[in-house]
Amino acid sequence: MKLKGQGAALDDLDRQILRLLQENAKQTYTEIGNRLNVAHSTVYDRIQKMEDLSVIKKYEAVVDWEKIGVPQIMAHMTITTDPKETENVAKKLEKFGQVLEVSTSFSEELVITAKVVAQDQGELHSFIARSIAPLPGVLRIRTAIVTKKYKEERFSLFQRENASRKRNNL
Amino acid sequence: MAVPSSRVLRSVLREEAFYFFTSIGNYTGQSASSLDEFLQKIKDVDIKSLEFHLFREDFEKWIAQTLGDDRLAGEIKILRGQKVVGNALRDRLYFVVSRRLKELKGGSLSASASSPVSKERPQSSVLRPS
Repeated sequence: MKLKGQGAALDDLDRQILRLLQENAKQTYTEIGNRLNVAHSTVYDRIQKMEDLSVIKKYEAVVDWEKIGVPQIMAHMTITTDPKETENVAKKLEKFGQVLEVSTSFSEELVITAKVVAQDQGELHSFIARSIAPLPGVLRIRTAIVTKKYKEERFSLFQRENASRKRNNL
Repeated sequence: MAVPSSRVLRSVLREEAFYFFTSIGNYTGQSASSLDEFLQKIKDVDIKSLEFHLFREDFEKWIAQTLGDDRLAGEIKILRGQKVVGNALRDRLYFVVSRRLKELKGGSLSASASSPVSKERPQSSVLRPS
């Protein structure tokens, strides 16, 4: 596995291991090895290297909070800031436990987008009003509360490769 | 116990300022760090914001808990009970706050002034003719 610029260059076996782990990260090295016709020690080595290089960042359980009765609402915030303060505001947002994702994005103007979680609307509003609106440089906040999720997937290398293959065959 | 008018009239820290929202999580970009500034914002802010905060009792809470003026908070509570909306709300809120500001700039709050206003007080006296 060579490092090319800042990114790690993966070979076909690495990609296949990643695809299988994205399907189910609880599979054993032996199970993965059997599916790919390679030794479990090879799978182990490849996974170790990808972990060392932070290609694999973490393994986590995706919990259905509703099933265990934990009330939770999700909201997407779009924060318009003074352009000089965008970076500072984004860095401050990173530190809040309620903020799950923070990015800067550009359409007509540079904005910060963030995914926030709260127990209910009251808690969400109070967090935004007390912790985010007062941050220096925040000019405006738009918040959309998620009412229903139709799809929630993480980016998959395999899906992108499939899509690219389909495009090329057209 | 008398609440000094200087306390009510002071400018508060950024974290304690009043931030105007139009609905849950939708911040207008307008804020007020003092009662003077609050009065100015009443004139400019989106009417939806005034309705949103009045209904949630946010004005009363900020004025009583942050600025320490229970009397003005009580007057706003009465206004909330009248279910005024739209520009009539803006006008009445502006009238109530500006009248209180004039009073405060004239001296300190008395012991009785820190309590909510009496319900027997004629409502017409707090209303501005539309």
